[in-house]
Amino acid sequence: MRGDHQTLALLLFSVFVAVTLGITTWVSRNRQGSAEEFYAGGRLFSPMENGFAIAGDYMSAASFLGISGLIALFGYDGMLYSVGFLVAWLVVLLLVAELVRNCGRFTLADVVAARMAERPVRTALGTSSVTVSVLYLVAQMVGAGSLVALLLGGTSDTARSWTVVGVGALMVIYVSLGGMRATTWIQIVKAVLLMAGAVALTVLVLVRFHGDINALLTSAAERSGKGTDFLSPGLRYGGSWTARFDFISLGLALVLGTAGLPHILSRFYTVPTARAARRSVVWSIGLIGSFYLMTIVLGFGAAALVGSADVRASNASGNTAVPLLALVLGGGEGSTGGTVLFAVVAAIAFATILAVVAGITLASSASVAHDLYASFRRPGGKQRSEVGVARVAAAGIGVVAIGLGLLAQNLNVAFLVGLAFAVAASANLPALLYSLFWRNFTTRGAVWAVYGGLLPAVLLVLLSPVVSGSPTSLFPGVDLALFPLENPGLVSIPAGFLAGWIGTVTSPEPPDPAKHAETEVRSLTGAGAA
Amino acid sequence: MEKEAGPGAAAMRIDDPWYEAPDSGWGVPDGARAIAADERSVPVEQYRHSAAEIYLEVQRSPAFREVRRRYRRFVAPAAALFMLWYLAYVIVATTAHDLMARPVVGVLNVAMLAGLGQFLTTFLLTWAYARHARLHRDRDALELRWETQEMTRGAGR
Repeated sequence: MRGDHQTLALLLFSVFVAVTLGITTWVSRNRQGSAEEFYAGGRLFSPMENGFAIAGDYMSAASFLGISGLIALFGYDGMLYSVGFLVAWLVVLLLVAELVRNCGRFTLADVVAARMAERPVRTALGTSSVTVSVLYLVAQMVGAGSLVALLLGGTSDTARSWTVVGVGALMVIYVSLGGMRATTWIQIVKAVLLMAGAVALTVLVLVRFHGDINALLTSAAERSGKGTDFLSPGLRYGGSWTARFDFISLGLALVLGTAGLPHILSRFYTVPTARAARRSVVWSIGLIGSFYLMTIVLGFGAAALVGSADVRASNASGNTAVPLLALVLGGGEGSTGGTVLFAVVAAIAFATILAVVAGITLASSASVAHDLYASFRRPGGKQRSEVGVARVAAAGIGVVAIGLGLLAQNLNVAFLVGLAFAVAASANLPALLYSLFWRNFTTRGAVWAVYGGLLPAVLLVLLSPVVSGSPTSLFPGVDLALFPLENPGLVSIPAGFLAGWIGTVTSPEPPDPAKHAETEVRSLTGAGAA
Repeated sequence: MEKEAGPGAAAMRIDDPWYEAPDSGWGVPDGARAIAADERSVPVEQYRHSAAEIYLEVQRSPAFREVRRRYRRFVAPAAALFMLWYLAYVIVATTAHDLMARPVVGVLNVAMLAGLGQFLTTFLLTWAYARHARLHRDRDALELRWETQEMTRGAGR
């Protein structure tokens, strides 16, 4: 039976890979790499297309597998994730999307650097964007690894490693050959598949309980072994004050991090106007919101139908709850229905990982080529060479992500994503918001805001129980865990904002009112937008 | 929602002094708001020199300030409200377990309803913001965009 759904899942997944490779070649025919084309896909996507693509970029394996898994294990506390992930979009919609579309060309650094001394600001934001992207990539790689471990029976470490390598290789191909246009279409295809899969499973769960949410929640609470505590907060984050602060920290990181994610921000450049950017965010909020509502049903469904204990037995972090749920919904182990459904879900989850990975790789290669490389090279170089650099950078980032992905196999993917969000919220968001809304913001303020958020965030993670000092950490043997929280956001996000403020008020150069006027006028009207 | 843009917004846009009389004033479109008068006293040639000066001038113009005011008047309270509501939710969820566990309907407790309430308010605010921007900001912002671009076209940087 294992063999059956393995073969079917691999077959479905090969179909997805073939289709996406087809899209990549079809899209990249006759298009020779201008930067506009490579980073922004020609800027002519419609709001609906871009809304699906944003949703595709955002609804990662971490959401599909990680959040439902957390709900299946910890009940309500897992649901807190979905709320944070969704509410975060209000920050993007209200404060960021339109203004960034109006002011920038390809990356986040474009927006900030327009007001400041270009080189130090680009270097700082390029560095932080690459850091965020790599953390996020590792989360996806870990998701891919645990999925394959489940498919192939959980023991084969070689197969797991080869999967991570394979995913890395595919993403480099998509990105360096197809650029933003191919990546966007892959996201759209994936978003449709993922929504369809989630809707199908949700309907099956609800049918199982005859549409009675009460019955679903009651039996989830029963089979979790925790009783009604399962339906209220506190199982994961309720014990010590450390755990509570950890959760508040995570909540802050989730809601502020989305607006600083480079691969989300770069999506706004694929539509022609700020108005289109707004409409694409509205589309994506609709899609993402309904998706997270469904993951709640799936998570409680997994607790009710599979049982928390079985979920934990299959994968300690709960990443495999949804595939297991699919198996049960289709009729259980050994049935045709179960096999098919399991294979479909596994293939969709895999497609999800692949697409998200491609999106992040593209954004980080843009950061490397457009921000880091461009700020170090001699002036007067050609645009063409920048796209060349971006293609090479995609390969380099692929290698780094593969390496780290192999190292971090046993961490929960939703948790890893939480880290990426914390870094994004601490390093990218303060600089971005200050430069859009604060008249007196200066170059020093921008640089300090980025490093003042990035360094504490990274440092606190290195000194946290995630890396060392506890049995579940990356290096259980050593104990350097001076910082008690797993998520650094509670400290590092205020640190980023504070550093930006201090840097600005202490800077020797006066703020430039003309540059501020330009940013403000351009951000709100779209004058001179690329 | 704000009242300023209603019929007035539709009426004000056609009449554009920039195109009709380039040297009598730069493009503040609005007669209805009675804001263009003092702008017209500014000689245009003086501001053709650099893009920086044009942007400063646009930033000072009543038309732009109106767009900015409408944006801020909606966004600032809305952002403050949803952040407070979200933070309150997170803090209460982590600290006040007994309150959150209190059953309301069937097995649905306060925590569940608050979580679903977050989804609901997010959807509602998204709808309200999109509507506000479409009705009260888009048209004026677009006009400012064309006017500013027209002015900066010849400007040195």
